[in-house]
Amino acid sequence: MESQEKALKDERERAAISFKAFLLKNSPKTNMNLYDHLARLLTKVMDERLENAVDVIEDLSLDLKRSLLQDEQSTLRDIPLTSDTEHLADQQRALFTRGAGDEVDHDEEMVETPLPNVGEVSFYLEQAGVGLGREEMQRVFLAVKQLVDTQPLQRCRFWGKILGRETNYLVAEGEYREGEEEEEESEETDNAEKEDEVKEDEDDTGVVEVMDEHPKSTYKPPPVVPKEPNRTGANKFTYFVCREPGLPWVKLPSVTPAQITAARQIRKFFTGRLDAPVISYPPFPGNEASYLRAQIARISASTQVSPLGFYQFGEEEGEEEEEGARDNFEENPDFEGISAHEMVESVSTWVHHVQHILTQGRCTWVSVAEKPEEDIDEEGEEEEREEGADEEEHEAGPPLLTPLSEDAEIHNTSPWSTRLSSPLIPQFAIAVLRSNIWPGAYAYASGRKFENIYIGWGMKFAGENFTPCLAPPPESEYPSEPEIMEALDPTVEEEQAMEAAQEEQRAQEEEEGLEGDEEEEDDD
Amino acid sequence: MDSNALLYSLDLTAGNGITLSSEHKAALQTSLVILKRNYKFKRVLFWGKILGIKGDYFIAQGVAEDEMSDKKTLYSFNCMDWQLLPPATEEMLAEVSKAAKGRFVGDPSHEYEHAETLRREEEDEAVEEEVTVKVSEEKRLAATVFTIDTEVSVVPRGAYIKTPHGTVQNNRSFEGLSVTEASKLRNYLHFTEPKNLKKKSLLEMADLNPCIDFLDPLSEDIPKGSWSLQMERGGSVCVIRSLLWLGLTFFHVPMSPQHGYVYMGDGLKNLDLPFML
Repeated sequence: MESQEKALKDERERAAISFKAFLLKNSPKTNMNLYDHLARLLTKVMDERLENAVDVIEDLSLDLKRSLLQDEQSTLRDIPLTSDTEHLADQQRALFTRGAGDEVDHDEEMVETPLPNVGEVSFYLEQAGVGLGREEMQRVFLAVKQLVDTQPLQRCRFWGKILGRETNYLVAEGEYREGEEEEEESEETDNAEKEDEVKEDEDDTGVVEVMDEHPKSTYKPPPVVPKEPNRTGANKFTYFVCREPGLPWVKLPSVTPAQITAARQIRKFFTGRLDAPVISYPPFPGNEASYLRAQIARISASTQVSPLGFYQFGEEEGEEEEEGARDNFEENPDFEGISAHEMVESVSTWVHHVQHILTQGRCTWVSVAEKPEEDIDEEGEEEEREEGADEEEHEAGPPLLTPLSEDAEIHNTSPWSTRLSSPLIPQFAIAVLRSNIWPGAYAYASGRKFENIYIGWGMKFAGENFTPCLAPPPESEYPSEPEIMEALDPTVEEEQAMEAAQEEQRAQEEEEGLEGDEEEEDDD
Repeated sequence: MDSNALLYSLDLTAGNGITLSSEHKAALQTSLVILKRNYKFKRVLFWGKILGIKGDYFIAQGVAEDEMSDKKTLYSFNCMDWQLLPPATEEMLAEVSKAAKGRFVGDPSHEYEHAETLRREEEDEAVEEEVTVKVSEEKRLAATVFTIDTEVSVVPRGAYIKTPHGTVQNNRSFEGLSVTEASKLRNYLHFTEPKNLKKKSLLEMADLNPCIDFLDPLSEDIPKGSWSLQMERGGSVCVIRSLLWLGLTFFHVPMSPQHGYVYMGDGLKNLDLPFML
């Protein structure tokens, strides 16, 4: 019996040894063997004492194999690459350092600064549940401060953020000090016009051999509505954009009425690149920077609000001027502030403080017909304008500081929603106003303090589905005149009847006398 | 987004403009814990906020065993008292899509009405019948949340695995996508029953890992470009925004298991998307 047992034991031992030998066999591919791998794996489990190790044993094994591979590659040293994160951190470092020029006396610091109290704004916005996060807001405000330091601005505030498909735009609104504005833009537009003219000339010379005269287009472009000068109407403020706080601010061009009217007809996301073309129908005049500026003008015009009574019209200029032409207002020093409850109860306690943009694309109406312009020298143009002068109506929008309760409902949606920031502690809550027409536009008011902000895609609420405007009907190739009209051949009876009629007529004319002779010739 | 990392996650998705006020944040931290206990959820997610004209809905979701299908949705006005939403059925979705128009009002009992004339042919004569479909806003809310979840809920690839039992579970060993992988849209998946996966050819299927790639990737969505993927804060966080449902924001911190999505918007689908690209 014993010998039998011993034999069995030997056999088992041999089997075990041969199995161990099998485990120890190195794989020709990776030069690893299972025995070592399992030993390492179990050691790892023993070391790390994972909970429910059986669930993750496959991953552990994979990790272990991967770590062995990495070790072998370590003879090559990595080239440290500067990642975008590090790059941005370097850029933003400048925001947090005080430049040498900033070392000023305390007295000087007290001088009025164009910057609003950013900490307070950020605090209230957080109460209202709007914002980019506390730290991000801080960075944005520091970036606005940087802008104020580099540009001669009289007033500056953070306008908001417009989201794009690739990158986003942070927008700051500024007002230049009197006379310090650079006059680059007018030159730019002149150049653009010149280029257009050159192109036209090229087109003319290109046509040399023409078999038949091509039909000429009878289309006359509608008269161009003149741009509003800086500091008035839709161009009252200058806007700057940047991609991330810390990166340089870019000044946006001023807006033209044509851009505003075109922007009203299209719905298009921003890409995030200022020089990107805006591919749309009807064609948008300009690139994305202009489109962005047009949308900013539209959003500002309909969503920039303040509590009733905070602003008042100046006393000197007043009733003498036309209604709606009053575009200047000043802060009312006696304004006490309206309680948050009242401001939530009724939207008539809020007023617009940015001028309404008319369908013409300007804030103040201008008659295009009467005003002669030098830059367009087509003859037909002026004639048409003179004709159209009577037809045009004087457009007038609501005057400045109109209460919001006057706003029209769009798509059966009330244009504004109000909220109290905190229903639990209503005594200290602030009033929050939200636009339903421009989703993303917010305003808050607390006592004498208020602020507007827009964070969104820059799209108006469309209600029902958007219908792009149709292309105009194609112009007819040739004028439809009787010469080219196809008529049915007359029948024999008709011909006979006509001949008879002509005979009769001739007979009559002969009776009448000599006068008829000339007419007779005409008839033939 | 997971209620445990709510503050951190909200901060990363704040680029959209809408955040929660500190009062709401504090209330959520309290109420979601109670919610989890009362409904015996494994995990509670803060789903988002739907803005109405008169009131805003805050939405939370509770997850039981299966991460993908065992979900219950609750809504609240004050972040404190939560009400269960009815599960969305096919019938409800059809009714809502017919009747509900315009913005949310902010009152769950508000009724949307839609009159419709049905034409039937009965014994050689056409009978016109006026049918009014009435849908309460609560139903609309349930349908909207369900639709947003099926159309645009996002998870990074590998964050969830399908176990051999067929349930979908958190992948414990998910360590996040690498920085280069995180900037590719094909590494993000729709967190819903796949629709296109079965249509794929064998050759394409060969590269897929059945335990991870059981969902449809975002890169196959139509129209192309219905997602905006951006690396924000200088590349330290990947933010994906849906252009189809404006307001849906997803974030993922590369090289970390942190991810989540939140919807903060007016609950309207952007049907004009093809014109806007």
